[in-house]
Amino acid sequence: MGGRAGLAARVGTVVIVVAVLAWLPQYYGTTDTALFAKALYIAIAAMGLNLLTGYNGQVSIGHGAFFGFGAYTTAILMNDHGWDFLATLPVVAVASFAIGAAVGFPALRVRGLYLALITLGLAALFPDLVTKYVHGTGGTTLVQPPQPTSPSWATGFAPQNDQWRYYLALAIAVVMFVIAWNLVRGRFGRALIAVRDHEAAASTIGIDLARTKVTAFALSALYAGIAGSVGVMITGLATAGRVETFQLSIDFLIAIVIGGTATVAGPAIGACLFVFLEQAAQDAFPRQPLLSPAIFGIGLIVLLFVLPDGVVGGARRAGRRVRQLTRSRHRPQLDPSTTT
Amino acid sequence: MDVDLFISQLLNGLSSGVIYASLALALVLIFRTTGILNFAQGEMALFSTYFTWWLTDLGLPVALAIAISVVASFVGGAFVERVIIRPFEKSSPLVIVIATLGLFLALNSLAQVIFGTDAKQLASVFPHTVWTVGGVRVSSQTVGLLGMLSVECLLLWLLFQRTRVGLALRAVASNPESCRLLGIRVGAMLMFGWGLAAALGAVAGAVVVPTTEALTAASMQGVLVFAFAAAALGGFDSPLGAVVGGLVVGVARALTIQYLAPLDNIELVMPFAIILGVLLVRPSGLFGTARVERV
Repeated sequence: MGGRAGLAARVGTVVIVVAVLAWLPQYYGTTDTALFAKALYIAIAAMGLNLLTGYNGQVSIGHGAFFGFGAYTTAILMNDHGWDFLATLPVVAVASFAIGAAVGFPALRVRGLYLALITLGLAALFPDLVTKYVHGTGGTTLVQPPQPTSPSWATGFAPQNDQWRYYLALAIAVVMFVIAWNLVRGRFGRALIAVRDHEAAASTIGIDLARTKVTAFALSALYAGIAGSVGVMITGLATAGRVETFQLSIDFLIAIVIGGTATVAGPAIGACLFVFLEQAAQDAFPRQPLLSPAIFGIGLIVLLFVLPDGVVGGARRAGRRVRQLTRSRHRPQLDPSTTT
Repeated sequence: MDVDLFISQLLNGLSSGVIYASLALALVLIFRTTGILNFAQGEMALFSTYFTWWLTDLGLPVALAIAISVVASFVGGAFVERVIIRPFEKSSPLVIVIATLGLFLALNSLAQVIFGTDAKQLASVFPHTVWTVGGVRVSSQTVGLLGMLSVECLLLWLLFQRTRVGLALRAVASNPESCRLLGIRVGAMLMFGWGLAAALGAVAGAVVVPTTEALTAASMQGVLVFAFAAAALGGFDSPLGAVVGGLVVGVARALTIQYLAPLDNIELVMPFAIILGVLLVRPSGLFGTARVERV
């Protein structure tokens, strides 16, 4: 699929998907809308991590810390300083980007599993930092900012506050995904992939390895930070337990792996699947809440076994198979997506 | 500076360092034989420790319970390798990382489902005595832990350097394809490596829990972070490095808690500052072998 027709088909698909997403809160109630909104902010963070892990090959298991940083920045600015939610986003973006760049510098020397470890340290350290420096409700680390409410001009389509918040989250997610889509298709995206696949070769053709890697790290931190802000807007609560921070870091990774690494649709699909699988595992045995992580963990392993390259990868393979069967056998087709 | 206080903190650090070292050894064993960083190592140890607790709860003496649990863990570890890890043999490292994370979640929650969520007490295998040597109080715990680590290291060294199985394990780690041609059963060796790591985890769990308040589902997570730090410091492919790394991290932590007031409650900064420092200077760890890349 290429050229103008391919682009039109893709834009069409995106428009339909966004339309369906926009329709969801009209039909479903508060509980489900909250779930959809959760899928949205997990998707934003997963997209960011995908830039780093999927496209650039650097594994991080500490992005829960950046998510938490975004969440606390927004929560504290709104709660203590009376900022408007949207006004906090640029602050979060710039600050997360800067911190991401600072943390990303070791990535120049430290690779692969070692980098995963450094980022694990980040996830382990962040809750302690919050405990030490944040003094929220009743001396705890909880910060509960006022949530945005539906403005009067929006009562036509979003009479309820949770619907309004969902639309805010959706709008931000769409903007972030469009930016990511443009990034990975352009010069920067090619550089990311080249560095992932062969550093030495990439540097000989003039790609600045250090700048590419640090930028990838900083950008993924920015995405995780924005996701944290959106998360706080949806749940109205910033918290950073040791378990939650680690869990979130894993959640983002899981979302991109089940969705499909190094694809734009992957993190979105993966985040939705993740949120609903998790919910399904919880609903399966309502009297045994402890069992749900077990079911989820085992389900994850089985899913990896069936679809090692994620849903998007599986779909592409299936698509190729169908095309091979329908097309003439005399002209072997080279699919551009196999080159990455 | 108070010398006695310094020495007693040093001993404190050494005894927690032993625990980090044991778990780091387990991580290194798996990394050496399979090239996998096992994020579920802590939870495997947790599961074994719950099993040990269950045996003592049945009335068995602690030492016997640990012995049975070590054997059972060996079998369990080999089983995990065969059933959960082997199918991903040819997958990307990221997929394997996710698989071990899935195992992490599953084991943690299964342990709670099977053994209950209430905090458990596990008696220490070492007697509670305190000797006073020149003004410094030395507990039998510390001595016992250091002794245990030495025995573990000695046994592992004998296994790897002086037996046929050890030779085969090292060969598999170095080049699985050639081993297969030579008739070494690579699969069996991988299972053996995982079993060994699980058994080490069982020992580590059984000695770490008595030093903490109680056995809960979160018992091993903090320890695992330090064990990772230890393994990274020493080098992921070096058992000696794991031991030295574990002791250094343990001592550094104890001294940070005692002497660096600004780092109160964020002592975790210390091990990671160490890792970062070491990795920036020597990316393969203190004792690790540097990887040579062929272009």
